[in-house]
Amino acid sequence: MRFTLRIWRQKNAQDPGRFETYEVDGISPNTSFLEMLDVLNERLIKEGKEPVAFDHDCREGICGSCGLFINGRAHGPLPNITTCRLYMRHFRDGETITIEPFRAKPFPVIRDLVVDRSALDRIIQAGGYISVNAGSAPDANAIPIPKPVADRAFDYATCIGCGACVAACKNASAMLFTAAKVAHLALLPQGQPERRQRVQKMVAQMDLEGFGHCSNTGACAVECPAKIPLTAIAQLQRDFIWAHFTPDPYAR
Amino acid sequence: MSFTENWGKSCGTTVGLPATPKGSRRPLQQVRELRERFWREVRVPGTGAEFNQNLEKALRVADFLELGELMIVDAYHREESCGCHLREEYQTPEGEALRRDEEYAYVAAWEWAGENEPPILHKEPLQFEFVKPTVRSYK
Repeated sequence: MRFTLRIWRQKNAQDPGRFETYEVDGISPNTSFLEMLDVLNERLIKEGKEPVAFDHDCREGICGSCGLFINGRAHGPLPNITTCRLYMRHFRDGETITIEPFRAKPFPVIRDLVVDRSALDRIIQAGGYISVNAGSAPDANAIPIPKPVADRAFDYATCIGCGACVAACKNASAMLFTAAKVAHLALLPQGQPERRQRVQKMVAQMDLEGFGHCSNTGACAVECPAKIPLTAIAQLQRDFIWAHFTPDPYAR
Repeated sequence: MSFTENWGKSCGTTVGLPATPKGSRRPLQQVRELRERFWREVRVPGTGAEFNQNLEKALRVADFLELGELMIVDAYHREESCGCHLREEYQTPEGEALRRDEEYAYVAAWEWAGENEPPILHKEPLQFEFVKPTVRSYK
């Protein structure tokens, strides 16, 4: 297959950046999107040109490292997958493909298609944890949790932190990301002591980083590779209001 | 990329399983030549003063080549067969792996002794207090 690639090139955060066009040919339909970029980079290196920087690690959809904005969509034209699981057979032969970094003010470009997503780490550091000494693994069923609740908590816990929700959102909101962790821990008994503090601290950090607010368009959930549902955001909103208006029995 | 391909070809044919005494000397020579060539010919786009994924990859290849050389040195110094790590000159008349616990019941910890210096061997003996090692038999 043959493709024309319009790729965002940017030397560093200060560089204004620009699109550059490249042609690739002889690409197998079963080549993954990232492998196609590897093929391009190998050629660029051989030609003495600067290869395109892009983030990648596990290449099997679980690490959350890869993230490209392809033809105007986070992780490309298919819903609910990571960029590494996108294959060239999902494009038309001869198609022009536009590749950009995930764009959001709190995600400054490091180089080309690589952005700094450490703002998401700082949201987790603000409260996305349980600070009890958990000791060794408890006996099974020592803390009874109904199966449907455990399943829901697990669904929220599957967020891989890729940032596609932010890139897909017109407000660059990190609400789905933040809500996934808030909802995951809010459903479990271990998460209760810090439940009020957690939601308040994480939302405060989210605002501090410059992420926008949620306006319920649902674009995030369409792109989310972990299929985090919008009910996570409903849980966050509910917990946030509840934490504001009820006294915290755990407060010092 | 071509350095790793070359390296793979050298190793796969000579220090794979089973290893041969003739075979294990050749890749040592090859990896030394390859390492020397790597540092002489490697071309890394960009500089070290910026975000540079190619530099990161080049450093990994350098590490693998260095570790690869040490693994060959280690494999060659251990003059015995051990399970699947069969050396053709150490086998019983029936063709089973011949272990030499009296000589090689130790973990080899190698110390880096400087560029182009042979590494220093530190033996960490394997002491078995309750269960004595025996040769495994599938018969």
